[in-house]
This record gives sequence, structure tokens and C-alpha cells, in this order.
Amino acid sequence: MIRLNPKYIPLLATAVVMLGLFGTGSLLYPNFGTPRVIVNLLNDMAFVGIAAVGESFVILSGGIDLSVGSMVAFVGILIARLLQSGCDPFLAMGIALCTGTVAGAMMGSLIHFFGMPPFLVTLAGLFCLRGLGFVIYPESIGIDHPFYGEVLPQLSVLVAPKTVLPFTAMCFLASVIIGTFVAGFTRFGRNVYAIGSNENSARLMGLPIGQTKITLYAVAGLFSALSGVVATFYMQSGNPASFVGLELDAIASVVIGGTLLTGGVGFIPGTLMGVLILGLIQQIIIFNGTLNSWWTKIVIGVLLLIFIVLQKFISRRPAGAT
Amino acid sequence: MIDWFSDLLFWIIFGAILLLLRRQKIFWTVGALALLLLFNQFFTPGFFHVQLLDGHFYGSRIDVLNQGAKVMLLSLGMVLVIATGGVDLSVGAVMAIAAAVSSRLLVTEHQPAGVAIAIALIFSVLAGAWNGLLVAGFGIQPIVATLVLMVAGRGVAQLITEGQIINFLDPTMVYLGNGHLFALPFTLTLVLLMLIIALFFARRTALGLFIESVGDNDEASRYSGINAKQVKFLVYTFSGLCAGLAGLVACSNIKSADANNIGLYLELDAILAVVVGGTSLQGGRFYLVGAVVGGLFIQTLTTTLYARNVSSDISPVPKALVIIAVCLFQSELFRARLAYVLRPLGRVLKPLSSRLPHSLLTATRHDSPKP
Repeated sequence: MIRLNPKYIPLLATAVVMLGLFGTGSLLYPNFGTPRVIVNLLNDMAFVGIAAVGESFVILSGGIDLSVGSMVAFVGILIARLLQSGCDPFLAMGIALCTGTVAGAMMGSLIHFFGMPPFLVTLAGLFCLRGLGFVIYPESIGIDHPFYGEVLPQLSVLVAPKTVLPFTAMCFLASVIIGTFVAGFTRFGRNVYAIGSNENSARLMGLPIGQTKITLYAVAGLFSALSGVVATFYMQSGNPASFVGLELDAIASVVIGGTLLTGGVGFIPGTLMGVLILGLIQQIIIFNGTLNSWWTKIVIGVLLLIFIVLQKFISRRPAGAT
Repeated sequence: MIDWFSDLLFWIIFGAILLLLRRQKIFWTVGALALLLLFNQFFTPGFFHVQLLDGHFYGSRIDVLNQGAKVMLLSLGMVLVIATGGVDLSVGAVMAIAAAVSSRLLVTEHQPAGVAIAIALIFSVLAGAWNGLLVAGFGIQPIVATLVLMVAGRGVAQLITEGQIINFLDPTMVYLGNGHLFALPFTLTLVLLMLIIALFFARRTALGLFIESVGDNDEASRYSGINAKQVKFLVYTFSGLCAGLAGLVACSNIKSADANNIGLYLELDAILAVVVGGTSLQGGRFYLVGAVVGGLFIQTLTTTLYARNVSSDISPVPKALVIIAVCLFQSELFRARLAYVLRPLGRVLKPLSSRLPHSLLTATRHDSPKP
């Protein structure tokens, strides 16, 4: 019999839940199992997903990033305003991504240099970015740049008959692939896992704690900003009041994806599945038509609970065995 | 003339309180509040104006007390939770549940206000007990355990109100958030009552010591015979009760229950109030009065920004900067570094830096609870 490494059990459970939800949806509604629904799912969840990849890094290191929703809204309004004033779209996106990275690095520096809890620092980031978004422009701005209207729709690939994979979904999948590679196969990724498992041991092993932590929050900021850029593709507008509570969706999908909130255990592909589970729940509720949207919150809460209890049992077992 | 005199009296009393507290940790919180008020005294016209109308006081400072009641109530529960090394993210959602339950009972089920309030409080205590069960019973990390209710709680509240915003005009319910007692808002009495109850249990019984002990070192306190699980369970239940009260006050303020917006982001304000009040997020030593003053500070800041015509959308920015500043000054590393940079001023800063270099040399404890 194959011995399953306990660290893969949460990932497996996530996969089972995802397939179970998809199976249920396909059985209940005839058009649920079509490629178009899957593509829509990837498209709708793209910005949540990209933010969740960044959040995974932070959570893997044992921290938490609450500034995601505000960052996405901030980047959205920044790009919209820059485009409105006649800026080149690529320059606008570049500025947005740099701003996100710098903001992340600043939060990381506060956390590292002054030993402040990540929870508080990113909370301040949440407030700050939300307010700064309103400083840029207090209302929603629509984007009518030719790049958004004409070039973007062409950047899609035909993946199945009558089904095109839009650019936003491709950005999402690319982020997951890059995230998986960085977390699993680079020195930086290993340092993140090491800090998440035990920061003291990591320090005693001589790993560069400060450098890793600051890079880590910068990477999270970059992914949040990228998520904001993708959100402008999706919404075709920027609004400083939007995406309140996106960080909760991101954290929920990371946890449902099998990453331990204590840090050190988890995989980016798990996050992909967690995001898809969130999307599937929404899709099923939309397909049903009679259920209200607040059931989404309850189901996500229940799923969170199940996964947390599951993780508790798994993380207890190896401790007892050794 | 009267205003000038009452202001002077106010500052003399405030100064006396500050002087009395100069050796206490809470000095910094009260001092920050004093600075903020001083700023308003000189730069915000009308902030200090208080008038007596129909036997009730009205004015910006009274508004702060009334509007701050929610955060102060929440921070009372939150400070005990944080003292055990945890955090309760669900208080906003519990507020929404309490508001939803009470207004549904009042309006849809035509129950008397007393019954509605009692059942709403029972619900919020149950919600707190659920958090306690997850944290103490299953040993789940507090952030995660309370995240469940934070996400699901608002859904439950929506379910109770059936997605509607329920309006009510019941005099008892309206009195809760808008009434006056002894010429001052009734909410102030409510806060003081809860503070006295909490102070009694925390300082006149061994419970406070148990809470600090559990927060400082869970394992060690268990070995010394403290039922850590029971303590944690109790603390989360109390936080639920406080959140329920805050929820009732919040829905009474606007005479309606909006499950989507009641208590939104208030958990963050409560946590900030606790931190500003001098309690470390690492757990251990806690300051009940500090947390309440912290709540007052946050509300004064918010009211100041509104009084100075800062749009409510932009007001988070200065709020965030103040939080960062306060937290920086509470960070021992920052104070040590500051003391190092400002060595020439060492004599003045000595009280700040005396015990700091030690903490720079030793690594943090490996089992210290993560915030």
C-alpha cells in the first residue's frame, strides 16, 4: 500500500471537495459541466486568485496580509486616473505594479525592523491604501482606452469549441504557475517555508530573515497590484470604494487550499483549488437562482471550519508519531 | 465666557488625572488623547462647545462619548481575549447577528423589547461560546477560529433579517442608543457598568491573574493548575456578550438593523483600541481602562477628522498614520533604536530605554504566540 505523506492530505481533501462540488453542479444542472463554465469560473475568480497567490506566500511565512482589498481598489483607481489623463496603458500598469511592490516592501520593513505584528501593519496598510484611493479620485472612473476596448479582447485563446480563454484567466494561471515555481523551486521559496515553520530555527541556521521577509511582503504587494491590474481588465473601470473584504476571500481560499495559517505548510496549487472552490460555490448558487447570495458566506464559513478542523487533526498526528 | 471657564476646568481636571497617572502604562494612552484634545482646543472651532438642551448635554465631546460606546464595549471584550494571546475577529459579525435577532423579534415577531434584547444577548453569548469552543476545545488558532464566524456570521445575520433592512421605532430599543441618563448619553452608563463588572472580575478575583498567566504561557499555567481551557472559553464568551451589546447600541443608533453594514470593520477599531490602550498583541498583561481610553482615542480621532471636514473616505489615511506611530512607540525595538540615535538626549529618554538593550540581544521565545 502506498503510504501517503500527511502533508499532502489537506491538498487531497481540497481536491476531493472541488471535484465533489463540480460533480454536484454537473449532476444538478445540465449546462454546468461545460468548458465555458470552467473558463467563466477562471475569469470571474482571476483577481481573487492572483491576490490569493500573493497571500499564500505571506501565510506560508506565518504572517498575514490584510491590505489586499484596498490595494486592488487603489491600483484600479490609479490606473483609471492615469489613463484618463492620457498616460500610456503599459506605463500606467508599470507604475501601478511598482507602487504595489514598494508599498508591500514598506510594510515588510516595518514588520521586520521594528518587530511589529504583521496583523497591525497590514491593517494600517488597509486603511492607508483605501484612503489614498479616495485621494486620487473619489468616484468610479470608467476606462475607455482603445487598449482595453480593442486589444485586450483579442488576447484570448480558443481552448475548446466556442470557448475562448480570456486574458484575465491566463494571467491567473500564469500567476499560479510562477507562484508554484517560486515557492517550491527557489532559494527564496525555501526560506519562506523555513521562516513559517520556525523563525528562530531559520535565524539560527543563518537564513537571511530580514531580506526574505521584506521581499516576501513586496512579492505579496506585487501580486495584489497585479490583481488590481487584472481587475481593471475585468471591470473596465476603477473604483476606490470597491473590493472591500477581498482579503477575506483570499485568506479563505488559501486556508481551504490546505495551507496552514501557522505557516510552513502548504502549496500554491492548493490555493488555485481553494479559489476554484469559492467560485464553484458562487456558480452553484447562481445556477440555482432561488438561493440568496448570503448563503455563499455561510457555505464558505462552514468549509473553512471543516478544513481547519481537518488541519488540526493532521498536524497533531505527526507530532504524536515522532 | 462660560465656555472659557468650563474649558479651563476641563483641562485642570484632565491635567490632574495625567499627573496622577504619570507612573502608569496608561499614561501614554491618556497623554495621546490629551494631545488630540489640545489640538482640537486650538484648531477646531466649536469642538469644545457644550450646551444644555432639554436637560441633556450636547456637543462634540458628548458625541465622542456616545459614538465611541460601541468601540469601547467591543474593546472591553477584546482586551481580555487579546490578554490570553488570542484575537476575536468575529465581533463585527456578532454585532450584526445581535442587531438582526433583536429587530426581527421586535418587528416581525412582535415581541416586547425586553424579550428581544434578552434573546439577542443570548445569541451573541452563544456566538462567543462557539468561538471559545473552537479555540479552547479544539485548540484552533484564534485568528482562524474567529475568522469562521467573521465570514459566516454576516451570512447568518442576513438569513435572520431575510436580506431586509428592518426599521423599528420601539421606544425601549431606541432609548438604548439615543437615550439620556443623568443628562449624559445612556450608552456611557452602559460602558461604565460593563467596565465595572469587568474590573471587578479581573482585579478583585483571581480571574484576571489567570487570564494574564494563560496569555503569558499557556503550558506553564496549565502545569500550575490553572484550567487554561476554561479561562479561554470564558473570555471569548464575554467578548461575545460585549459584541452583542455593541450591536444593540449600533442598531438602536440608526433605528434599524442592516446586516451588511452594522459593525463593519469595527473589529479592527476594537483591536486598535486595545493596542493603543497599552495591551500587547502577544498576550499577558492587560489594561481594561486603557482599552476603554483607547476606544475613546480612536473615536476622538474619527470625530476630529469629521469636524475638520475631512471626507469620511479619506479619514482612514490619518487614522493609519496615527496607528503606525502609536505602535512604533510601543515597539521596544523602535524605542531602543530611537534611544540609540538620540543618545545625546539619553538622560531624558532614559525611562524609555532602560530595559531595552536586553531585549535586543535575546531572540524571541520560540513558543511565543504568534499574533
